[in-house]
Amino acid sequence: MSNKILIAKDICKSFHDPITVQVLNNISFSIDKGEFISVIGKSGCGKSTLLYILSTMDTDYQGDLYIDGVIMRNKKEKELASVRNEKIGFVFQFHYLLNEFSVIKNVMLPGLKLNKYSEKEVEHRAYEKLKVLGIENEALKMPNQLSGGQKQRVAIARALINDPLIIMGDEPTGNLDKKNSEIVFNIFKELAEQFHQTLLIVTHDNEFAARTNRIIEMQDGQIIKM
Amino acid sequence: MKYKLIASISKSLLFARLKQTLVAAIGVTFSITMFITLLSFMSGLNDLLDGLILNRTAHVRLYNEIKASDLQPVDLSEKYKDHHNFVSSVKPRDGKEEIHNSSAIIHALQADERVTGVAPKIMAQVFYNVGNIDLTGVINGIDVDEETRLFFFKNYVVGGNYIDLKNTPNSIILGKGAADKMLSGIGDIIQVTTSKGDRVQLKVVGFFQSGIQEIDKVQSYASISTAQKILGRPNSYITDIQVKLKNVLDAPAVAKEFQKKFNVEAVDIQTANSQFETGSSIRTLISYAVGVTLLIVAGFGIYNILNMMIYEKMDSIAILKATGFSGRDVNNIFITIALSIGIFGGALGLLFGFGLCNVIEHIPFNTPSLPTVKTYPIQYNPKYYMIGAIFSVITTYLAGYFPSRKASKIDPVIIIRGK
Repeated sequence: MSNKILIAKDICKSFHDPITVQVLNNISFSIDKGEFISVIGKSGCGKSTLLYILSTMDTDYQGDLYIDGVIMRNKKEKELASVRNEKIGFVFQFHYLLNEFSVIKNVMLPGLKLNKYSEKEVEHRAYEKLKVLGIENEALKMPNQLSGGQKQRVAIARALINDPLIIMGDEPTGNLDKKNSEIVFNIFKELAEQFHQTLLIVTHDNEFAARTNRIIEMQDGQIIKM
Repeated sequence: MKYKLIASISKSLLFARLKQTLVAAIGVTFSITMFITLLSFMSGLNDLLDGLILNRTAHVRLYNEIKASDLQPVDLSEKYKDHHNFVSSVKPRDGKEEIHNSSAIIHALQADERVTGVAPKIMAQVFYNVGNIDLTGVINGIDVDEETRLFFFKNYVVGGNYIDLKNTPNSIILGKGAADKMLSGIGDIIQVTTSKGDRVQLKVVGFFQSGIQEIDKVQSYASISTAQKILGRPNSYITDIQVKLKNVLDAPAVAKEFQKKFNVEAVDIQTANSQFETGSSIRTLISYAVGVTLLIVAGFGIYNILNMMIYEKMDSIAILKATGFSGRDVNNIFITIALSIGIFGGALGLLFGFGLCNVIEHIPFNTPSLPTVKTYPIQYNPKYYMIGAIFSVITTYLAGYFPSRKASKIDPVIIIRGK
């Protein structure tokens, strides 16, 4: 149990508008520490929906979700926010950097929110993360001065700032060209191998998935292979 | 630390839309400026109009009403005590207009803690003789120094020097209207006839203009001793005692007390001039209503701009929430934005309001009916600045409240999936 970072038990979800459609059907699985997992499946099979449930952002589901051994049911919005802040890092298809802030400030924001380290330390840690991702030279630029690949790397740095238990990615390479996808994948790989970072990446890129440790394949709201 | 983070995010969002922010702040500034100016101007005007009558009116006036005695001699007789007496055509006795024992009353009043000052007065009905025409008039015998100190007599003397009234024997300050009719200038000698038929000659040392024409046509002023001489009375003769109180609101109660204590009639300012208070309070009410309306309009401006900002920043809000900011944090960010617009705009508004009041105070305003007023009246009252400040914060808070709540309820999943 102690190694299980995330456990999903019988997770079901339906959309009720305009007619009831079951999107997720009895999804159960668990993630061990240090695993590099990809979730694949056709468009509309519910993989993104599952990811948002696992990330605690979507709370409208049946079944139980444990993160770090703690059940997420009946937690208040504020408590879920702090779970996301502390334990989960996100990388989305779109980078979602705040254009009003410099790159370094973007990376620092979740760290400042966590309020575990002083501002100086958070800044130092943010530099470290940027260095790992090879973009420390861009730290003081504004996000709109960066290329797409660089932006996505900043987003990864932001996901890493609080040393999360798990990084969740929703098609993180979906918007990138071949070369940048390769860079981003290598970063994930390196994080998994060198830093034993747990990663859960939703993708429709089978080539990408094939190079991860474990593949969860979904079809019509069910896991068909894992 | 946590608030510092929220403040810094708010600041960045604010400066990202500097133009919009400024427009919103200018809205608040404008409304607070107008609020302050309007109220200061309106209350200045109120003071002016009230002063026209109220400043010159005693808070409590003691006098003797001319009326027949309640006890007729027959009522005092032992013999007819048990009888019903009918006395027809009863007339008041002569000399009742005088306040008995006036100097003792004045001393007692001056010793009273609630009293600012006491000014004795004599009212004398006269005719001004112009050739063979007689104009009716009233000469007020006054204590020049006290009258000036308590009722600003000096301010209404438009020609000549008011103090000559005290220093020149047998002198008179004529009402402007009366003087015009009599074609008399300063230094002229005029003749008046008293109600008893005595003729007296008086030297004109000045003109008096109250701003109320009907009064200026009739009223004139002389010193107390001159008035006593005109009437042929001893120098204890006083018909009115005017009392100014420290707190004008005490007047009705004090008037009642004096009436009993000194056995005279006493009327308080509120009873004598109730219409002025009504006018003032309604004018004040209207200016408050206009001021608050302006602020509410500015509030809608802020509401709009915040709403727009929230639509624009939907992505940012979603990612903030995804990375661990709670709905409350997001709420606080937008409330902070609204409040900073309010505080910044409000503070500027207070400054501009003060400035505009200063400008208005220097605009010439000449009107023949108000001789003492040379510029528009403004009242500087810290109360209005306080109200303006508080209102600007409250309206911007309310204007920010609903958009902020909306922002805090944004579901990050919908935004992120929508891309």
